[in-house]
Amino acid sequence: MQFGTFRRFALLLGLFAFVAVIGGCKKQVKATAPAPAPAPAAPPTVTLNASPSSINSGDTVTLSWSSTNATDLEIAPGVGKVAPQGSTPVTPTQSTTYTITATGAGGSATASANVNVNAPAPAAPPAAAPNVSELFSQNVTDAFFDTNKSDLREDARTALTKDAEFLRSYPQVRVSIEGHCDERGSTEYNLGLGQRRAEAVKNFLVSLGIPSDRMTTVSWGKERPFCTEHDESCWQQNRRGHFVMVQ
Amino acid sequence: MKPKTAVAGILAVVVALATLSTAQSARAQDWFKTGTGLGVSKARLAVPDDAARTTAAQPLAKTFHDVLWADLEYSGIIDMVSPSFYPLSVPSQPSELNGQAWAAAPANAYMVAYGNLTADASGLAFAGYLSDVHNPSAPPALQKIYRASATDADARKLAHEFADDIVALLSGGQPGIAQTQITYVSARNGNKEIWVMDYDGANQHQVTHLRSISLTPRWSPDATRIAFTCYVPYRGITSAQICIYSMPLGRLTAFPRFRGTNSSPAWSPDGSQIAFMSSENGDPEIYVANTDGSHMHRITFAAGVNTSPTWNPKTGQQMVFVSDRGGVPVLYLSNSDGSNVQKLDLPDMGYVIDPAWSPNGQLLAFSWQRPSGNYDIYVMDIVTKQLVELTRDEGRNERPSWAPDGRHLTFESTRTGTRQIWTMLADGSEPRQLTFEGQSESPNWSPK
Repeated sequence: MQFGTFRRFALLLGLFAFVAVIGGCKKQVKATAPAPAPAPAAPPTVTLNASPSSINSGDTVTLSWSSTNATDLEIAPGVGKVAPQGSTPVTPTQSTTYTITATGAGGSATASANVNVNAPAPAAPPAAAPNVSELFSQNVTDAFFDTNKSDLREDARTALTKDAEFLRSYPQVRVSIEGHCDERGSTEYNLGLGQRRAEAVKNFLVSLGIPSDRMTTVSWGKERPFCTEHDESCWQQNRRGHFVMVQ
Repeated sequence: MKPKTAVAGILAVVVALATLSTAQSARAQDWFKTGTGLGVSKARLAVPDDAARTTAAQPLAKTFHDVLWADLEYSGIIDMVSPSFYPLSVPSQPSELNGQAWAAAPANAYMVAYGNLTADASGLAFAGYLSDVHNPSAPPALQKIYRASATDADARKLAHEFADDIVALLSGGQPGIAQTQITYVSARNGNKEIWVMDYDGANQHQVTHLRSISLTPRWSPDATRIAFTCYVPYRGITSAQICIYSMPLGRLTAFPRFRGTNSSPAWSPDGSQIAFMSSENGDPEIYVANTDGSHMHRITFAAGVNTSPTWNPKTGQQMVFVSDRGGVPVLYLSNSDGSNVQKLDLPDMGYVIDPAWSPNGQLLAFSWQRPSGNYDIYVMDIVTKQLVELTRDEGRNERPSWAPDGRHLTFESTRTGTRQIWTMLADGSEPRQLTFEGQSESPNWSPK
């Protein structure tokens, strides 16, 4: 999410820079073009072309135009005042009809060009750059516990220390810490044990400097197992403090 | 000659080993079931078919008799006389009773329960009698007209009422359980919801529709409300909370939400308070509050999990709960204000969970997983600490809950491959499976 916003912002900045350059050109043209002799004013003419006229979202279209008898030209939306002839790249995010208005001593004229933007494939933008929730699932690992225990093993401390690094790098990320238990023991006992596991994980992260208001805890007891076999390897999978990113 | 001898020698050793191992395994299974609170001499009762006085009553008479028979047979205090020993002439009212014929061999009955059914546009009526066959001239011990609508469901209801009246007479006033209900958790429709059924497994119906996870239902002492563990949002976080469902209102009533995990509610014997586990202040401890959530106060103070509180239903002065303060979850006994905590010592290691106090306050049922075995149901005498094992070698058996007569227990068992609700007599005999669909758990028997 954060990366996407930044990218869009950068594109906009680029676009503004380009428009600024075009604007600069216009001034130059205005300065060097000799003013025509005052004569009976002819009505202005103008043409506008968009190439290509159909793109995918994120691609660039070149708008090109030419005019006669015009002193002021403006392309809408989003481009602004332009020189009597020229071209400029635009990156519309949705289908857009660009209109150029040419104004001269003899009146005004308009021309339009339609750009069709195909909707992006839904999966495409996340695939382009990993977003925070992907980085979260790649970097944040759960803490595993011994039977009947809610104190942190050495491997859990190692995992949580790395998790704390991630949480420090992404201070906007909030987490829910879920305590889970294996199928042994009663439903009621495991609800309590799961809560203690979640609290143990939270307290350790707090001791590493993660603010406690970024973390909530919940116990699922043995109600939401990761694995349903009746053996130790499966039970170990179910004895954990599990991280869920909260948006 | 020589090889033959060798072979014979090996055979002898094998036989000896086999004998030895058989003897050992026989010893390993040398356990016994002892009666607890069950009458030593059972009344011998004959229950002939009940006469249908109208055509419309005929199909209902069969339902009525089947339900009545099952209720009385499962009461635990009655020795049912087999119908093949009955005299040919069956009474439908006291004037038709030939006491001698029922008292004589092979019936050898002590009493006869009989009557007649009438069904018409105005409804169903059953005239029921219980007579002492050795004293036929005396008025029947019970004669009563039972009325309801002429439906199969109401025929069941009337049979339960008649059965309870008979049991109350034959057990010295101790009420029967034929009209009681069991609440439990079933996920057969997708989510774990609270369900209720009759004590014999009939009339199973879903009570809550919360579409999350609902657990650990417990009847209030007057059997009008069910407190349970529900997952509901509180301050933006979905967590375990205490919910109370009112049967007459048909909806949840207000109970406050608390931080963290809140679960395993239990009612005080007078119905005015609820004990439950809460991690409101970090560690899961037991708290007591009024049924509207007011006056919440903590009664356990030990690091670890403290849960599954259960009040002594007779006195209200003591509590048993589960705590892992010593390493593994086992049972502790305390005063109901949390003072005077003592561990309930057992002669072996393992998890000890699911305490359930018998209605008379003398016995404690619980689940115990000994290191050598699976979860099984035990009953302990609170004073003498004498133990009886009620289940063995048949899957996981957990969550015992006493019937109000103190003669029956309901529990959950995986003995058929899926987790289902069962009942049994309190000596471990006559296990009956009540649920069959999906998975069901956590039964709780209504106190009335």
